[in-house]
Amino acid sequence: MFGLGPHYGFIFASYAIVAFVLAGMIVWIAWDGRTQRRLLAELEAQGVTRRSKRHGSASADPDAVFSGSDK
Amino acid sequence: MQKYANPTRFMKIADAVLPWLTTATVILFVAGLYLTSVAPPDYEQGHTVKIMFIHVPSAWLAMMCYTIIAASSVGSLIWRHPLADVSAKTAVPIGVAFTFLALVTGSLWGKPMWGTYWVWDARLTSVLVLFFLYLGLMALWQAIEDPSRAGRSAAILAIVGFVNVPIIKFSVDWWSTLHQPASVVKMSGPAIHSSILIPLLVMAAAFTCLFFVLHLRAMQNEILRRRVMAMRLLQVERAANVEAGAPAE
Repeated sequence: MFGLGPHYGFIFASYAIVAFVLAGMIVWIAWDGRTQRRLLAELEAQGVTRRSKRHGSASADPDAVFSGSDK
Repeated sequence: MQKYANPTRFMKIADAVLPWLTTATVILFVAGLYLTSVAPPDYEQGHTVKIMFIHVPSAWLAMMCYTIIAASSVGSLIWRHPLADVSAKTAVPIGVAFTFLALVTGSLWGKPMWGTYWVWDARLTSVLVLFFLYLGLMALWQAIEDPSRAGRSAAILAIVGFVNVPIIKFSVDWWSTLHQPASVVKMSGPAIHSSILIPLLVMAAAFTCLFFVLHLRAMQNEILRRRVMAMRLLQVERAANVEAGAPAE
């Protein structure tokens, strides 16, 4: 089929699975990014600001609320 | 390196780099898929050699991704680099995907060529161990609520598990396996004809660029997630202060 010899099914299946998994990763990461940006915008709209923003510039105190790391 | 340890600065750099990297990824995939479609059949394997153009880059990325996780884990444990555990954490699901693809496409290539989907030989088994290591890292990140404790535990597992990466690479030399030995990255140079080698290298470059696009985006998402978490804590703290009658900060 399509000039791909007797094992065309294995070739198509391989490419289909790779396309499906990589597309899934791209969609998941894009969706996660949108969700986080929306949540951040909602919190800022409620008047919650990061300490770094309240204390002046982000460069002086880059990410004062960057939790989860031992900064 | 500490200069780039600033998440705000990282976000800006990633925003500047990502459009270029995304464009390069698209161009490389278009070129790679075209070259794949016109590549001649292998004299022994026929057209099934086309599976190699996606199987080999997936396998390379599976190992490269784990190497990045292990290096990030060292950075996280020794230098307490604030982006290191973000890098390590976000590379794990991407590594799972590429390892899964290496295993599945390998099986689909193995059936017509070896007559079986799976054999318990050194290369296949060590890649399966890598897959389980990735799943273990994912489970650790999910199981421990405190992100810094989770990061430390995951970093230790990642560094210990790194011993598996050279085992995967050299398994075909150290043991007698059904899997073919290295034919691209070897001391005497590639043992593949250029008509097959070029599409393979272009696809490998496309997969690598895609990995970096996904990893940078995932790191940005994780930084935003941690900001959201921290802002929620501030919100709760403020509400508690107001309730207690203390002036809000």
